[in-house]
Formats: sequence, structure tokens, C-alpha cells
Amino acid sequence: MTTLIPESLMPYAYLARAALAGLFGGGLCAVAGVYIVTMRLSFLGVCLSHGAFAGALFGLLAGVHPVTGAILFSLLTAAGVGPLADRGEVGPDTAIGILFSLMMGLAFLFLGLLPAHREEALGLLWGNILTVSWAEVGILLAAAVGAMVVITLFFKEIQSVACHREVARATGIPDTVVFYGILCLLGVVMSVTLPSIGGLLVFSLVVNPAAAALQWCRRFRTALPAAAVLGVGCCWAGLALSWRFSLPAGATIVLVSTVVFAVSLVLSPRRRNTQWTVPAA
Amino acid sequence: MRSSTATPVIQLDGVVVVRDGRSVLRDVSVDILTGEFVGVIGPNGAGKSTLLGVICGLVCPAAGRVRVLGLNPADWREGIQARRRIGLVAQIQRFNPQAPILVGESVLLGRAGLRGLGRRFSRSDREVARRAMADTGVEKLAERPLGTLSGGELQRVAIARALAQEPEILLLDEPTASVDPAARQDLVNLLARLPRLTGAAIVCVTHDPWMLPAACERVLMLKHGRLLRGGPRARMLAAELLEELYAEEGSSFVLSVMSGASDCYGRSEGSPS
Repeated sequence: MTTLIPESLMPYAYLARAALAGLFGGGLCAVAGVYIVTMRLSFLGVCLSHGAFAGALFGLLAGVHPVTGAILFSLLTAAGVGPLADRGEVGPDTAIGILFSLMMGLAFLFLGLLPAHREEALGLLWGNILTVSWAEVGILLAAAVGAMVVITLFFKEIQSVACHREVARATGIPDTVVFYGILCLLGVVMSVTLPSIGGLLVFSLVVNPAAAALQWCRRFRTALPAAAVLGVGCCWAGLALSWRFSLPAGATIVLVSTVVFAVSLVLSPRRRNTQWTVPAA
Repeated sequence: MRSSTATPVIQLDGVVVVRDGRSVLRDVSVDILTGEFVGVIGPNGAGKSTLLGVICGLVCPAAGRVRVLGLNPADWREGIQARRRIGLVAQIQRFNPQAPILVGESVLLGRAGLRGLGRRFSRSDREVARRAMADTGVEKLAERPLGTLSGGELQRVAIARALAQEPEILLLDEPTASVDPAARQDLVNLLARLPRLTGAAIVCVTHDPWMLPAACERVLMLKHGRLLRGGPRARMLAAELLEELYAEEGSSFVLSVMSGASDCYGRSEGSPS
């Protein structure tokens, strides 16, 4: 991959990798975020991202790639939280809270057992988009393409479950399968973006651009691309600002995405257009 | 009344449902025929909604035999197949009002199960959904976000979504319970037109017997999870039977039911005077 870049630009190859990570990772997170926000699963998103972080640390400990460990743990988290919440023995927020605390406990346990990799481990917590490798960019690209294929193929099923799961079930959609499929997709998204965005910050990049897009869009068909554009825009703008002012890249990206959401909220047609809130006569 | 040779699309035999150690349905047996309009009435907690849940496979019976369209709805695979052919209108439409979905899209989603996993909607799907919206008077709402509708409009959209399924069975759970009085009358009129809009067997569960239209051929009375009796609508809505059915609801409710209720509905088409 590096041979494709002219020698004079080689010192800036890290910026090209960061821009591509922002393109694939930012878009991917934002698209996943549209479903998380619509289904009011924001706290579940936090839980999955921390599950992915614990899994990545487990990967370092076990000597496998951190992303592999992250995917494994986030899938286990998704598989655990769904039935706990669905069976109704405990409330969904309690189930998510219990798994969240379990994942945090495991993460700190693995962190304690990893003195040799402490810096690498903390890198997974904060992430660093400026140090992503071409292999990680490749993983992000593969995940973005995979997510696009799944969403395109099962658009109506995912839309139905995300908007009104009871109706989906009543019309003969296997809603449980689709729901767990969405959770697994979210887990994979959180896992693959871990090295570039970090376990703590990835969640902001999932929720903020999506919540901003939903202030403007009335349909999934427009909200998904709008969120992707905002997600990528936040990544690139954050990168530019961090490069220009020597700021931490991940934190700058997250702060930019928060500003984008705040501006969208203030200017949102949902707030200005009364037709959206008052039924027409 | 339908001929006795018509095929039963719903067959319940000795159905028992237990929830938290309490029997919600006790030994309920009933056959419902193709194209029949059946009303199920009874006081709160009688097990009416549970009965609909059993029919569409969302509630598993502890005992008894259930066949719906020749399928066992409690079985995971057969339940999904059955629900694709059953339109269900829930009492309360639960969804996130901020969800990015328009009314037209929501009605079209009624056909999502029928179309099959991973298959795109066809032009005929869109045409069926458009017709269902026209039939239920929600065509003009097609471009509105679902979260901006009133309770009555949401119920109409739910009925349109169920009709878009081209169901063989249409289940209505207290369709007028959560709407304001003005919208209620509109919904009652729509219910009266339903048999002309669909050839489906219709089962309408309601707390208020007077909202059942004249097209409703048979009324079943459910109390404490037991099927008390069933018969032609005019006979079942006799004052003494209603008094017995609703005796525990309090005198004011019994009086309002006996008097034809219906300050808020007026009389539905064909209500006995």
C-alpha cells in the first residue's frame, strides 16, 4: 500500500491513513448510530464499546489481534444483554448496567495483568487515529463494506425492528433474530474502530453525528447517508484541527461532533417547524 | 350467518394460559370461520387481549390445542408463517416518536414479513399499501412523520398497515380504547366498513360492546378467563346478559353499557336501539 504514495509525501502517509480511517470508521460509526439512537439504545452502545475494550485487552493478554478479542467480547456482550433484557427478569437498563460493570471489571483486570503492554492498552482506551496502520484501515474498509451490504439487504427488516419492534413481530418478521443481528453489527463496528477512535471515545462518534442527522431527516433513507457524511466530516474536521493546533486527535474529533450536534439541535426543523409537532388540522 | 361447511381459520380447543401462577384463560374452546366477524367482549382482566395473543402466537398456552390457518402459532417457525397472514392492530401503538419513518413507509412495512427476508418491496406491494391507506382515509398523511400523528390517526394507520398485509385473519385489540371521543366515532365507522374492505376473518376485542358494528355476526363473552357464552350479536347484547357480564365493573359502568353507552360513540351503524 505504501508503494502507492509518492516518496515526497511519505512523511504524510500517516495523515492519509488517518483520513481513510476517518472516512470508513466515521461513516460506519455514524450509520450504526442512527439505529442506536432510533432504538434508544445509547447506554447499550456504551456497554458494547466497553465490552470491545475489555476484549481487545484480552486479545493482547492472549496474544491474538486486539480487534479479534474486541469482536469476540462485544458479540458475547450483545448475546448476553439481549436475552437478559428480553426475558424481563430484570429491566433492560439494569441488564445493561450489570454487563457494563462486568466488562469494566474485566477490562481493569486485564489491564492489571498487562504491565508489558500498558501503553498499547491505554492506546485502545483513548485510540489514536494518527497511528493507525494500513492493516487497520483495511479492516475498517471491510467492515464498512460488510455493514453496507447487510443494511442494504435487510433494510426493511432492520427499519421495522428499529422503529416498532412489536409491529415487526406481529407482521411475521423474526424480530429477535433481526434485533440480535443489529446488536452484533454494532459490536463489530465498535470493535473495528477501537484502535483508531478508542474504547472511551468511539461511543461519542456513534451517537453525536447520528443524533445530529436525525434532527434534519425524517426518513432512514436520508438519515443514514446524512449521518455518514456528518461522521466523516467530524473526523476530518477534528483531524485538521488537531494537526493545525497540535491537539489530541480523538478528543478533538469527539468535541467537533458534539458541536455539530449542538448546532443541529438549535437549527433543527423539528424545533422550528411546528408542523412536525402539532398534527395538521 | 356463515354456512356450517365454511372452514375454521381459527381453532382453539381447551386453551389454558397461566401467567404468574394465575390462570388468565381457562379451558377456552372456539372455532372462527373464514370471513366471519366475531366480537369478543368482557370486563377488564377477562383475558381478551391474551386470547388475541394466543391466536397470533405471541402468548404460549400452558394447555390446549391451537390451530390458526392450519398452523401451530406457538411453534417458532409456524408462528412466523402464521403472523405473515394475520393482521394485528394493537391497543396502544408503541414506538419511538422521534423515529425517522413516514406514515407511508410504516404502512408499507405491514408487507415486510410477507415479502420475505432480504427481498425488496415490489411495485404491487406499494400499490396494495397505497390502496390500504386510501381505504382507511390516511392517504393524505402518507408524507407525515409517524411521530406527529394523534392517537386516532395512529390507530387508522395501524389498521391500514394490517390491511396492507392482505390478511386472512384480522385481529383488533380495543381499537377505540386509547383515542379521544371524536376520533372514536370515526374509528367505529371504519370498523363497520372493514368486512367490505377485506375478506379476512375479523376478531375484534373490546371492553365496550356498543362499538361492535352490525356487520359483527357473533359475539363471545369472556369473563375471568372463561368463555361464558357466544351467539348472534343482537342476542348477546341483551340487557340481562350485559348486566351479568359487567356486574363487577361498578354500577355506573353497567348503566352506561345497558343504556347503549355511548355518549362518546353515538351509536355505531346498526346498533340495537
